[in-house]
Amino acid sequence: MINNLKILVHQGKQYIPDVTKVEIPGVFRGLPVISNENVDEKALEAICPNKAISIHPVQIDLGKCTFCGECAFAFPNKIKFTKDYKMASNSREGLVVKQGVEIPIVLNPESIKKEISDYFSGSLKLRQVCAGGDGSCELELGACSNVNFDMGRFGIEFVPSPRHADGIVITGPITKSMAEPLQICYDAMPEPKIIILAGTDAISGGIFADSPALDRSFLETHTIDLYVPGNPIHPLTFINGVLELIRNRKK
Amino acid sequence: MNAIVIKNNQQIPFDSIPTLEYNKFLEYNTALLQNEDCHCVNYYGIAVQENVKLICCIANDKEAVINVYSSLVAPQTPLESFTQHHFAFEKFEREIHENFGIPFLNHPWLKPVRYPFNTSNKNNTIANYPFFKIESEELHEVGVGPIHAGIIEPGHFRFLCNGEQILHLEIQLGYQHRGIETLFLQKKKVLERHTLAENISGDAVVGHTTAFANLWETLCQATTDEDLHFSRTLASELERIAIHTGDLSGMCTDVGYQLGSAVYGRLRTPIINFFQQWCGNRMAKSLIRAGYSNFPFTEELGEKLRKVLDAFEPDFDEISRETFSAPTVLGRFEKTGIVTNEVGKSIGLVGMAARMNNSNRDIRTSHPYNLYPSISHQPILKHHGDVHSRAQIRREEVKQSISYIRNLLDAIPAENKNRTALSKPTPNAFILSMVEGWRGEICHCAITDAQGELAHYKIKDPSFHNWLALALAVRNNEISDFPISNKSFDLSYAGHDL
Repeated sequence: MINNLKILVHQGKQYIPDVTKVEIPGVFRGLPVISNENVDEKALEAICPNKAISIHPVQIDLGKCTFCGECAFAFPNKIKFTKDYKMASNSREGLVVKQGVEIPIVLNPESIKKEISDYFSGSLKLRQVCAGGDGSCELELGACSNVNFDMGRFGIEFVPSPRHADGIVITGPITKSMAEPLQICYDAMPEPKIIILAGTDAISGGIFADSPALDRSFLETHTIDLYVPGNPIHPLTFINGVLELIRNRKK
Repeated sequence: MNAIVIKNNQQIPFDSIPTLEYNKFLEYNTALLQNEDCHCVNYYGIAVQENVKLICCIANDKEAVINVYSSLVAPQTPLESFTQHHFAFEKFEREIHENFGIPFLNHPWLKPVRYPFNTSNKNNTIANYPFFKIESEELHEVGVGPIHAGIIEPGHFRFLCNGEQILHLEIQLGYQHRGIETLFLQKKKVLERHTLAENISGDAVVGHTTAFANLWETLCQATTDEDLHFSRTLASELERIAIHTGDLSGMCTDVGYQLGSAVYGRLRTPIINFFQQWCGNRMAKSLIRAGYSNFPFTEELGEKLRKVLDAFEPDFDEISRETFSAPTVLGRFEKTGIVTNEVGKSIGLVGMAARMNNSNRDIRTSHPYNLYPSISHQPILKHHGDVHSRAQIRREEVKQSISYIRNLLDAIPAENKNRTALSKPTPNAFILSMVEGWRGEICHCAITDAQGELAHYKIKDPSFHNWLALALAVRNNEISDFPISNKSFDLSYAGHDL
């Protein structure tokens, strides 16, 4: 007993007091900025393994970006990755970073379903479905609830049963074999319910986008409420995105 | 000559692999495996026009060599199975059967492995799979998955239970199949292939990317720079610490030991945050590249890592002393989920799961790569093969990795600033690259065509060997002990399904 208490004391304070403002130490490739400098755009476009870069003008689609940073190493004056981890968006277009436009990514309040702030602003229970994810986004989603990030303090929790869930968090590019289980899980959730795509693979298929082993039809027939980019997502990107989504917007 | 003998990470002309007539192939294989030091590291088929070329790679752990030999067969011809002589081939033959339809004779059960999109039998789907059944009034079935209760990958577990006791567990995977091996050929850019390697299994990023990078450099006839060897070795030991610590947390969760769960859980954070500081990604994605590195390991980083470890180690020791003496934990860990040495050898266990029952199987000693020849690694062995042994191995391997890292940090090589770009891969070559990931041996094999383009790429995650061990470990256990057994192995679904 005394030993257990000692251990508790030795841990000190592990939680991050303010997850909306904390700075990530060291290198972190968050929201990129693209300068107006003239470069060989064809060469720049060709670098990206995930075809996230398009040209004339240069744009980076964070829904496809794997955040490897190779483009920034090759063209350091053209592309810089900032440490801004608030990259979640509630629209697919919101994830596209344009040349010369240096603004943070924010959610479009117009397109947030009214029920979300009515019902979920103080408590959101999520069911996670991995549909071909490699395990890294899943580890980071797990980390959201650990003693460091402590997402539970905002009433956001992962639950085992879809029956208890208000939303589904999908990771992975959605394999053929997972398409049906995913649909069944979604159908089992009571209304109203939300869908969150976590990670590059879920949002665009990532490096697997043109694999014949996928079935992404679920995404064509459902409205996505939140896109959280990253490979894997950083817990702070996820938590801040969800907090913004469920924030009480009543005046 | 029946086989060509190669070293880990050595390339040979593809034509130099002897092709044996199948009966001879089988006979030679069986003879090789009489020797206890030999085990199968890869056995797979490639399509050669209408036929299938079976390539078998048997490592001799004592002599640090790999025997490679092959046989050319027609896909319709029934063949006597390897499995009837050595059970370790069970899944390899199932995979070959699934991909090419070869009917193996005297194989206990040619059930599907992963339902690949390019399977030979399109009528087989995961949805209509007939699970093994026993008709009995006393028994009942418990189906779990593909979606599990936690935040983990999908797979289906079907238990046949006698009351609370598990009589039989059948594990059916394949839900994670993304067609990675095919994509390796489709994607022509080396960076795309790095990205694929990083996404094989998200908790073994360093392992799989190192296997690919080592393989690719050799294939391009480049000598790996000292600093690249260094960062791969260091990252590999860091990954081991991070995952073992995280898994100890998960194991504490599964036995309801909240303190251990919280403390081990938070101890993982500074380690993966160090990856973040080094390369900007907590799982070490983007860190390892064949022929170059965007993230040189500096003296300054070394100093930071020393501080991280100095803070980590006393807290890790403290919680480990407490966890491994708590009756509530030991009561659940000990004698749960046992796989004996005999069973482990017969099914061909690798890595940590082999070492738990006193099988000395560790690529770092038997086929050393990167800086491991100079580390003279001594594998940690346990004897009981239970959950407790697996927990102890994790605890002790964390300590061992810390001491290796401390030694590595005493001599950080300078970054090579004059790297030359890699040339094209050698045409018509075969290469095999193995590394010891935290789970066990990862094996990548590549074959190039006449233009030096990849003609075939084969990935084997240690989970491919080890999933069967979980099914056997839980027999006669209470079903409530399944989660702890499962977590103690922590096998990869994505790495298995590819």
